[in-house]
Amino acid sequence: MIVTNIEAVPGKQIVKHLGLVSGNTVRSKHAGRDIMAGLKNIFGGELKGYTELLTESREEAVQRMIEQAKAVGANAVINVRFSTSSVAAGAAELFAYGTAVVVE
Amino acid sequence: MYDLIIFLILLLLGYVFGQRAEKRHFRSIIEREKQLRDILVFSERTVPDAGNAEGTLVCGSVVVSVDFFKNFVAGLRNLVGGRVSSYESLLERARREAVLRLKEEARRQGAQSVWNIRLETSSITRGSGDGIGAVEVLAYGTALKAR
Repeated sequence: MIVTNIEAVPGKQIVKHLGLVSGNTVRSKHAGRDIMAGLKNIFGGELKGYTELLTESREEAVQRMIEQAKAVGANAVINVRFSTSSVAAGAAELFAYGTAVVVE
Repeated sequence: MYDLIIFLILLLLGYVFGQRAEKRHFRSIIEREKQLRDILVFSERTVPDAGNAEGTLVCGSVVVSVDFFKNFVAGLRNLVGGRVSSYESLLERARREAVLRLKEEARRQGAQSVWNIRLETSSITRGSGDGIGAVEVLAYGTALKAR
């Protein structure tokens, strides 16, 4: 599975468009991380726990998008975009979407 | 009275540790930007000459927290309006760090350039009520590798 965020697959011809595919995940952080984050809020600096959490979740969203693309018979996803929104207190939704295509 | 003392202590801690962390972070960013200068990053949507290359999605993200002092200064700034330079530097180093992580990821993949780079900023803790202020910056793009 080739995933790109440009409008083509480099070095390959697109033979068929299969429409939009997407994947999402909603994650919340646990209390321990929140306490650490509260401390970090005094001293400043990177919140490594949050960075890891969001990276993992984003990978999962991409994975779900890829599964959906496989289900419709695509072998590449182009023009991928990410979006993040906080749906409720302490939880964030990570969303990935793109166009499923068949390349030769 | 005790509240005021605790507040001043937190302000001092925030100032000392926050400034130190920021300086250290900027030094490390400048150092790593030198090392990763050979990986080219473009914001163009189309690759002019992709003849014999392979593309994959690469991401880099970072969550940076504000410190107590910055928060306080921004709160004061809110009263009179104008540039909030304490947050400007926070966002600047978050963006540069995200792009650096993207480049590191591209280098791990063996790529020479990254195309159509997008930067997205979100305040991940807004609405959580406990006053934790942090921003996430995500950089993503298509890394090109010669076949």
